[in-house]
Amino acid sequence: MTKSATRDPLIVRWGLTLLALAFLALFLVLPLAAVLVEAFARGWDGYVRALGGDDGFAAIRLTLLVAAIAVPFNIVFGLCASWAIAKFDFRGKSLLVSLIELPFSVSPVISGLVYVLLFGLQGWLGPWLAEHDLRVIFAVPGIVLATVFVTFPFVARELIPLMEEQGREEEEAALTLGASGLATFWLVTLPNVRWGLLYGVLLCNARAMGEFGAVSVVSGHIRGLTNTMPLHVEILYNEYDFVGAFAVASLLAILALVTLAAKTALEWWHRDELVATGH
Amino acid sequence: MAAIALPLSRRTRASASVIPGFGLTLGFTLFGLGLIVLLPLAALLLKAAGTTWEQWGAILGDSRVRSALWLSFGGALAAASINTVFGLLVAWVLVRYPFPGRKLVDAFVDLPFALPTAVAGIALTALYAPNGWLGRVLEPLGIKVAFTPLGVVVAMVFIGLPFVVRTVEPVLQDVDLELEEAAASLGAGRLQTFARVILPAIAPSLLTGFSLALARAVGEYGSVIFIAGNLPGVSEIAPLLIVTRLEQYDYVGATAIAAIMLTISFILLLAVNLLQKWRRARMGG
Repeated sequence: MTKSATRDPLIVRWGLTLLALAFLALFLVLPLAAVLVEAFARGWDGYVRALGGDDGFAAIRLTLLVAAIAVPFNIVFGLCASWAIAKFDFRGKSLLVSLIELPFSVSPVISGLVYVLLFGLQGWLGPWLAEHDLRVIFAVPGIVLATVFVTFPFVARELIPLMEEQGREEEEAALTLGASGLATFWLVTLPNVRWGLLYGVLLCNARAMGEFGAVSVVSGHIRGLTNTMPLHVEILYNEYDFVGAFAVASLLAILALVTLAAKTALEWWHRDELVATGH
Repeated sequence: MAAIALPLSRRTRASASVIPGFGLTLGFTLFGLGLIVLLPLAALLLKAAGTTWEQWGAILGDSRVRSALWLSFGGALAAASINTVFGLLVAWVLVRYPFPGRKLVDAFVDLPFALPTAVAGIALTALYAPNGWLGRVLEPLGIKVAFTPLGVVVAMVFIGLPFVVRTVEPVLQDVDLELEEAAASLGAGRLQTFARVILPAIAPSLLTGFSLALARAVGEYGSVIFIAGNLPGVSEIAPLLIVTRLEQYDYVGATAIAAIMLTISFILLLAVNLLQKWRRARMGG
């Protein structure tokens, strides 16, 4: 009897479930299917041919390079920030956390713009850079900086609440027993947060490889030189090379699916060692 | 929670803690934050502060700027509202109605977080273009999605979809079933129970999800520009206008639009925060 009181009629349950699934199919499944269908519009050979070519490879290389710099930076920064914030008390802590999350509420285009204003030819440091023949904007350093900006909060946001929840007792015990600070970090803290760290790294990597707006502003779109994979998708698309655009896009879509699968696996098997985060 | 246990030792902790590395880690954190985030944003604000009144007048007087801002914020409001309704529906179904494959569907909700925006952009365009799978069906009905403001909203709905689901889901899981039973035993119907018992409990998380989806949609670029058609004054979003201004070397114009966007977003987020605070105070914690 109590059960029926909180139970909806079958028709409501079915109706709402179908409506929700229809919404998700329309907005999630169909776009993903469209990418794959368009990529293989000219069959497997067309797909492989579209992916070949030096510009495509250069774009893949640059995307991997940018992620290979941005993700490790994010790991080091995330570990430092969460160590300082979770293991010590100081004033202004919540302000610091808000500032670390700030890049999430800034438009990607603005994230790129700020570096143009700083390092561009008309920017604050532009003339000095030009004098010393250094290029940041329309070059790889600018792309790396913009990517670091947009991915800035990813690892820190996972680790700060996780470390705060775990407290300080284990570290204090290790240190009191004579372990060095570094040994305590490697042998106590890091194993405790490894799944949370991996979780943050997964999301950070997906964003670093997929970032479009911020990178597009600072890249200059020089084919073979400053073109990342998402930018290459845009160039091919605007040249009406749809099979090419969707072929490169399909690689990024596969990356997204792998990220989702790994993230879900972590959530299923290590839920206790992750902190439930909003997104 | 952990903070409750600390007050006693708080005073001594910072100085007497046995844990090392405070200076090093905080120093690096502040250094990275300052260099990567704060300094560049300060450069933007400084540049905007250097804009003269005449320049501001010209920028705000430009109907192209006004309609781009209007489209970005209006479209984002519409998309966040749609996301709130359907996000609640999806969260409700995922929490309350077990069905085969539910866990898989639950995991799939995060796709917009993982899928690069440019990929989403060209995929949505392919779907809604006049010869696309959906466009072909909608076109004869007189509904044009691609290359119109409606297309902008569609892309914003896609990009903001997971926010409401993810914020509401855990709260909905925690809603006490006994409260619902009590309401039912007191004679409330299911709809009444939903409106009077469940909705108030999840309202704060709905509002949080709404504001997150809104903030994301306002600044969204990659998934929107392909489907929008980018007709100045009609389907051109503010971030694209920033890019256009930059390409014309109009740094003042680009910075001004960016500063306006940041200011409005900040005010919106502040308003949401105040609303949450006021609600909590009224509810007595």
